[in-house]
Amino acid sequence: MKLHVDWNKRHAEKRELSPESLAKVNELMTHVPEGKHKSALIRVLHLAQIEFGWLSIETMDYVAELLKIQPIEVYEVATFYTMFHLDPVGKHVFEVCRTGPCMLVGSDDIISHIENKLNIKVGETTEDGMFTLKTAECLGACGYGPMLQCRHKNHEFLTKDKVDELIDAYRSGQFES
Amino acid sequence: MPIDQANLNPKYMKGRKLLIEQVNIPGIETFDVYRKNGGYRSVDKAIKTMSPDDVVEEVKKSGLRGRGGAGFPTGMKWSFLAKPEGVPRYLVCNADESEPGTFKDRYLMEHLPHLLIEGMITSSYALGCNLSFIYIRGEFMWILHILEKAIAEAYAQGYLGKNILGSGYDLDLRVMPGGGAYICGEETALIESLEGKRGNPRIKPPFPAVKGLWGCPTVVNNVESIAAVVPIVNDGGDAYAQIGIGRSTGTKLISASGNLARPGVYEIDLGLSVEEFIYGDDYCRGMANGKKLKACIPGGSSVPILPHYLVTKTAAGEDRLMTYESLSDGGFATGSMLGSGGFIVFDEDQCIVRNTWNFARFYSHESCGQCSPCREGTSWMEKVLYRLENGQGNLRDIDLLAEINKKIEGNTICPLGDAAAWPVAAAIHHFREEFEWHVTNKEESQTRNFGLSKEPVGA
Ligand SMILES: Cc1cc2nc3c(=O)[nH]c(=O)nc-3n(C[C@H](O)[C@H](O)[C@H](O)COP(=O)(O)O)c2cc1C
Ligand code: SF4
Ligand code: FES
Repeated sequence: MKLHVDWNKRHAEKRELSPESLAKVNELMTHVPEGKHKSALIRVLHLAQIEFGWLSIETMDYVAELLKIQPIEVYEVATFYTMFHLDPVGKHVFEVCRTGPCMLVGSDDIISHIENKLNIKVGETTEDGMFTLKTAECLGACGYGPMLQCRHKNHEFLTKDKVDELIDAYRSGQFES
Repeated sequence: MPIDQANLNPKYMKGRKLLIEQVNIPGIETFDVYRKNGGYRSVDKAIKTMSPDDVVEEVKKSGLRGRGGAGFPTGMKWSFLAKPEGVPRYLVCNADESEPGTFKDRYLMEHLPHLLIEGMITSSYALGCNLSFIYIRGEFMWILHILEKAIAEAYAQGYLGKNILGSGYDLDLRVMPGGGAYICGEETALIESLEGKRGNPRIKPPFPAVKGLWGCPTVVNNVESIAAVVPIVNDGGDAYAQIGIGRSTGTKLISASGNLARPGVYEIDLGLSVEEFIYGDDYCRGMANGKKLKACIPGGSSVPILPHYLVTKTAAGEDRLMTYESLSDGGFATGSMLGSGGFIVFDEDQCIVRNTWNFARFYSHESCGQCSPCREGTSWMEKVLYRLENGQGNLRDIDLLAEINKKIEGNTICPLGDAAAWPVAAAIHHFREEFEWHVTNKEESQTRNFGLSKEPVGA
């Protein structure tokens, strides 16, 4: 459960979704019965986050306009689901699974290794704005742990060496999406 | 230490493979290859030769029980669906797969997306639905794209859309993502989420079968349950029911994780012995690095943990089997549950207190916050367990946990509260000595682990 939200930090310039994403939004509206377009909300928030990196209040208001619902309906949802970043984040967000099965195979060590390597703590972003480190609860890869997810991509069977390679690969733009 | 992942070639695995037989055929994720290998036969058969009720009847005969965790008979659930005139009804596939230890639905959808889509069409036909949904956890976004691609193929081939196979039956199928919330695996929270809201479970009754999605009658079924409808319709419910033992019929996907030599997803015949599953060459091949087995959680994080002496044998000394009945033999005192088949194995170097704390933190994090006993109770449990794990606890804390447990149990809207409480109770029941050692040997508990627990005398 998320507890406290500091709304003051959560503003950014208003931007519009790309034409491709807007076309997707329109398509999604046709996937549900007449008048039930609110159902598309979570998918649209994902689209917005992919384009803008995180969800500012301006972005959420914009999504509300798109779906013709009240801004509060968007805030309610965006604050409930853990995938949505309500604060600015780095270019690449590492979300490392910390739950039981991953812990049994060494996720704690992986988390502290990343902390040391990037010189940040969980929840923080590197000074160059390249990486944010977060932890996540079970991501459905328990037999393939330790693992992390970055922008909808899984990296599994992690070792410290693999993490080092991964960081280099992200730094050099190998995983640009 | 390179991990030997479960061999992805099911041919080398013992037992029948009703679901994952074709997983290694190149291109099986495409409509053409899937179709060439016998795909969509169940749709042909159901729509052309069976009435919707015939399909329900076969599923009843098969004895299939829900694979999402609760094990409720699927055919019976289907027959409870209300059918008021002029009101649409919905089938929703639960692909939230968020129970720690479970990663089987993902395996099916990644490798055999058309199997799920075929199951959805056949099942929607049986239930009389014209619009069905697959609700998939947001963290599986790449699988959502795999499914959308496969769905587009099925539309193009006339298996979805208007007038399927010229029968007059119409069906639209859509995939909707979640946003990262374990609770959305609970069916009423899932429905709320599908409506574009927070995943707050609803008070039951009314059950979804009467009032579900947008207030209409709705069936929610797990991915694996829906996929199993395909072999059931193809070969008949009786053939399916011949596999397994008693009321545990058919095959089951097991997600094996933890300190095993070969973790991964396995399809087993229900009734396989736990011993063979853990140590057999066709399955997990024993513990990683030759360690000893300390404990096992056989059905996902919400089910009770079993100490090493109750894993392969029941308290009565009988072989423990991979069935709903055998795994629960002895109730919560000496048994556990098959649950979702999330089979988590601990070696002798693992700390039960730390693990119990870790799962308590999970439930506290994932509580939706609607009911005070769950919201407050899970976070208290997390704090108390954290204290114990870090050498700051006292003996009274162990009883305090039991008290918090009692306050949560049965006092909440949805079963998440119980799912958080019971595993803590089971861990204390079986590993009390280890919890006490963390209090009496505070410093030592920070430098080494307790090791295996002793088998109680006379057990
Ligand atoms: C907290 C909680 C989480 C759940 N998570 C899942 C899940 O991730 N996947 C699933 O299929 N069922 C899950 N369930 C069970 C569903 O509520 C529901 O019983 C199931 O989807 C029914 O399908 P089945 O009868 O085919 O098993 C969960 C239940 C609870 C209480
Ligand atoms: S038991 Fe917990 S998760 Fe379930 S409705 Fe209550 S607060 Fe929410
Ligand atoms: S516990 Fe890490 S993916 Fe499931």
